[in-house]
Amino acid sequence: MANATSTGESEYTFPAPAQVGREPGSLTRLVQEMVFTVDHKRLGLMYIGAGLLFFVVAGIMATLIRIQLLFPHSTWLKLIGHSTFLDPDVFNRFFTMHGTAMVFLVGMPIIFGFANYLIPLMIGTRDMAFPRLNAFGFWVFFFSGLFLYASYFTAPGLYNAGSAPDVGWFAYAPLMSKAFSRGHSSDYWTLSILLGGIGSIATAINILVTIFCYRCKGMTLGRMPLFVWMWIVVAFLVIIALPPLSAAQIMITLDRYLGAKFFDTQAGGSAVLWQHFFWIFGHPEVYILIIPGFAIASEVIPVFSRKPIFGYPIMVAATVMIGFISLGVWAHHMFTVGMTSIGNTFFAISTMIIAIPTGIKIFNWLGTMYGGKIRFELPMIFALAFLFQFLCAGLTGIMLSVATFDWQLHDSYFVVAHFHYVLIGALLYMFFAGFYYWFPKAFGRMPNKRLGLWHFWLFTIGFNLTFMPMHILGFLGMPRRIFTYEADRGWEIWNQIATVGLLFQIPGILIFVYNLIYSYVKGKEAGDDPWDAWTLEWATTSPPPEYNFDKNPEVRSRRPLWDLKHPEDPDWKFE
Amino acid sequence: MGKRFFGFFQATSGPKPGKLRETLKKPPATGAKNRHAGKKVFLCPERFVNQEGLVQSGRFFSKFVFGLTGLITALAPVVVHAESIGADYKVHRVADMFQPLSRPAEMIHEGALLVLLICLGIFSVVTGLTIYIVVRFRRKETDNDQEPPQIYGSSHIEMAWTVIPILITVVLILVTSRTIGEIQNMKMPEDALKVRVVGHQWWWEIHYPDLGVITANELHIPVSSRDPEKARPTHLLLQSADVIHSFWVPQLAGKTDLIPNRTNELWLEPYQTGVYLGNCAEYCGTQHANMLLRVIVHTPEEFERWVAQQKAPVPEPVTAQQIEGKRLFFAYSCMNCHKIGDTVAQGLFGPDLTKLMTRQTIGAGVAPLNHETLWRWVRDPQDLKVGCLMPDMQLQKHEVDDVVAYLETLK
Repeated sequence: MANATSTGESEYTFPAPAQVGREPGSLTRLVQEMVFTVDHKRLGLMYIGAGLLFFVVAGIMATLIRIQLLFPHSTWLKLIGHSTFLDPDVFNRFFTMHGTAMVFLVGMPIIFGFANYLIPLMIGTRDMAFPRLNAFGFWVFFFSGLFLYASYFTAPGLYNAGSAPDVGWFAYAPLMSKAFSRGHSSDYWTLSILLGGIGSIATAINILVTIFCYRCKGMTLGRMPLFVWMWIVVAFLVIIALPPLSAAQIMITLDRYLGAKFFDTQAGGSAVLWQHFFWIFGHPEVYILIIPGFAIASEVIPVFSRKPIFGYPIMVAATVMIGFISLGVWAHHMFTVGMTSIGNTFFAISTMIIAIPTGIKIFNWLGTMYGGKIRFELPMIFALAFLFQFLCAGLTGIMLSVATFDWQLHDSYFVVAHFHYVLIGALLYMFFAGFYYWFPKAFGRMPNKRLGLWHFWLFTIGFNLTFMPMHILGFLGMPRRIFTYEADRGWEIWNQIATVGLLFQIPGILIFVYNLIYSYVKGKEAGDDPWDAWTLEWATTSPPPEYNFDKNPEVRSRRPLWDLKHPEDPDWKFE
Repeated sequence: MGKRFFGFFQATSGPKPGKLRETLKKPPATGAKNRHAGKKVFLCPERFVNQEGLVQSGRFFSKFVFGLTGLITALAPVVVHAESIGADYKVHRVADMFQPLSRPAEMIHEGALLVLLICLGIFSVVTGLTIYIVVRFRRKETDNDQEPPQIYGSSHIEMAWTVIPILITVVLILVTSRTIGEIQNMKMPEDALKVRVVGHQWWWEIHYPDLGVITANELHIPVSSRDPEKARPTHLLLQSADVIHSFWVPQLAGKTDLIPNRTNELWLEPYQTGVYLGNCAEYCGTQHANMLLRVIVHTPEEFERWVAQQKAPVPEPVTAQQIEGKRLFFAYSCMNCHKIGDTVAQGLFGPDLTKLMTRQTIGAGVAPLNHETLWRWVRDPQDLKVGCLMPDMQLQKHEVDDVVAYLETLK
C-alpha cells in the first residue's frame, strides 16, 4: 500500500473540472436544481440555509421573550390597555416554539448540513451512500419545520385564528393531554417532530453506511478525520435516541385521540413515564447536538495550531465513551420527580462520570495548541471562545449533576444559562467557526475577516452579557418559563442586563449574515486550500465539482495533504 | 378602574409598623376603613405594591417625600387586612439559595459550596492554562515559515489528565451520594407537622390533616429549632389535582414536583420566623408565572394562634349588604367551586374561602388581598390574572359590592 501513492503530488492536485450540465441559471432553474438535487453538497448547504432561516425566526421569538422580561410589569403598557407586553399565552407559545425550533429546526439541520457536505469529501468518496434518501431526509425536515410554524395559522382549524403549541418543548404529560391542551396546537408539535425524526433517522443511517462502506482506498477507520469519527457516534446516538421519542409521540397521539391512557393520569396512566421517554431521547439529543461541535473543533484547532490533534486515539475513545454514557444519564432531568435516593444517586454518578471524557477532550485540544504556532484566523478565534464558553457550560453542568444542588437549580434560570452556554456558547460558536472555515471550500471565496471580527466581538459580548446574569437569576430563585415576575424580588436588574445583551447579539448576527452575502459576492478568491489544511476536502477544487474528485484519492495517513506537502516528514512514517 | 395610577398615595395612610399589634386587636375598624377606601380612591395598581403589608408602611412615605420618590412608590406597601397573623414578619423577598434558613436548604447549601469551590478551581486552572498557551504559542511576526514540531500525543500526559478528573469526580460522587440520602431519607419525628399540598392550575390547596384546617396558597408552619429537643420539622405531602407543578421555596428546601397520581414528600425545618417566597417551578400552563408560594413561619405560639383562628367558626353576616352578598354567593354558581365552612358551599375546584380574609394575597399571590383587589377579582378574575380558570361571573357592580361585603366577613 505504501508504494501506491509514492508518486506524491499529482495524486491530489487536480485541475478544476468543468461544471457539466450547469448553465447560468434563472430563478426557475435554481429552484429546479434545489428540488431535484441529490448532491450531498447542495443538500448540505440547503440544510444549513434552512437551519439559518429557522434560526432567525426562533431568534426573533427569543428577542420578544427578552423584551417581555425587561421589566417585571410594564406600567407604560397599561396606558394602552395591556398589562404585559406579551400575553401569557403568547409568551408561552414563544418559548415553546423557540425551544422546539432551536433544537429540531436549527441545531439538527445544521449539524446534518455539515455532515452531509463534509463526510463524503473527507473520506474521499463521490456522494452519500443513498443520495435519494439524503434528499428525502432534507425535505422531510424542511416540511416538518414549515408544518410546525403553520400551527400559528391553522392549529384550531381554519375557522378561527390559529395558535402554536404552548406546552413547552418537552410537552410534559398531562399538560399536553387532551384535557389540558385543547384544540390541535399540541398535535402540531407531536406530528412535526415525529416527521422530522423520521428524516433524522434516515439521514443518520445514510451517514453510517457512507462512513462504513464508502471510504477511499487506504482510509482505515483509524485514519479517518476526527470529524468523521465523531459523526459515527452521533449517527448511532440519533438511531438509538430518536425512536423512543417517536414512540412516545405516537403514544401521546393515541392518548389524545383514541383514549389509549398511556400518560392519562386520570385513568391510571403515568405522567412520569412520559418524562422517562422524553429524556431517554432528550439527553442523548444534547450530545447529538454538541458532538458535531466537538467535531468541528477537532478539525479547526489542529489546522490553526499547525499541529496534528493531540492524542487521536484517546479523542476517539472519549467520544465513544460520551456516546455510551449519555444513554444512561437521562433521569438527571428528573431529580425532582421523587425517585428514590438510590435512583437519584445512580443518575448523579453517571452524569458526573461523563465529565471525565469531556474533560479529556478539552485537555487534548489544549494539548494540540501547546507547542504550536497559533494563527488567529476567524475559525480559530471562534474556537477559542468555544473553549472558554464550553468550559463554563461543563462546570455548570457538574453543579447540576450534584442532585441535591439540582433540587435548587432545576427549572431555574441557572439551567437556562447552562444549556445556552452549551448550545450557543459551544455549539453555535463552532457552527460559526465551521462556516468561516469551510466557506472558501463551498463558495471559492474567502470570508471577510474584518466583518468576521465585528461579528465575533459583538456576538461574544452580547452572548455573555445575556446569559452570564442568568446564572445569578437562578441562584436568586427565578424559575424558568414565567412570563412575568413580581417587582423587588431582586430579579429586575439581571433581567435587564440580559436584555441589553441583545443590543450586541442582534447586530452581531446581522453582520454575520451580511458577511456571508458580501463574501459570496465580493470575497477574495480562495483557491483550493486557503488554510493550508490537511484533510481530503481541501484536495479538490473550491467549490468541489459534483463528483468531488476526478480520481478516487488514496491515503496513507490521517493527514494526506500533510504527506503531500511535507514528503520529507510524512505522517505515515509514524503510524 | 380608570384611576389606577395615582391613587396609591392613599395607601400610605395605613398604620405604622409599631402600631400593628394594636390594629390587630381592632379588626372591625380596619375593615370599615378599607371598604371605604376601596369605594373612593383606593385604586392602586396591584403590581405596584409590595405584598408585605404593614411592615414597611410609613418607612418610605410621608407627605413630604412622596413627590420625590416616584420610583420608590413602586415598592409602596399597602394595607393588608389586619387579621393576617404574621403580617409583621420579615419578608424574605429575595429568595437567595445561598442564604438558606432551613435545615434541608442548609444541607444543600454546604454541598453546593463545595462544588462551587471545586468548579472555581478547575475554571481557574483551565482558563489560566488556555490563556498561557494562546499567548505563549501564538504565531509571532518574527516566526519563520517552518511548521512547529509535530507531536501526536503522549500517553503519560493523557494519563495524568484522565486520572486527576477521575479523582475529583470520586470526591464529588461520595459527597453527593451522602447528601442525597441524608436529605431524602430523613426520618420525620412523630410530632412533625403534616401538611398536604395539592397543586392546581394555578394555585395551591393546603390541608393540615391533623389539625383539620384547610387553606390555600399560603403555607403557615411553626419555626423549628437547632436544639433537637425543640425541633419541629414540617413534613409536606405533595400531590396534584391536574398537571405537574413543583414546590420551590429556595431558602427553605430544594424543589419537589407535585405529580398527579402520586404523592411526593418534602420536609422543611426553618430556623427563623418570617415570610418566605417561592414559585411553582414546573411549567403548568398559562398562569404558571403567577402560581406563587408564600410560606409563613410562625413562632410556635403564633402558629397555635393561627390554627385557632382558622378553626374558629365563621361569623354570620350582619349588615344588609353582607346578607345580600351571601344570598348572591349562594344564588350564583360560586359555591360550585368554592367551599365556605359548613355551609352548602362545598365546591372543590377553587380555593377554600372559609377564612379568606386571613390571607395576605389573592389569586395565588398575584396581588395583595385588600378591598380593592378583592373587588376587582370578583368583578372579573381575568382582569388580575388573565387565563385563570375562574370565569368572569358577569356580576353587576352593585352585586359585586354585596358579594365583596360578604366575603369580607370570612375571617
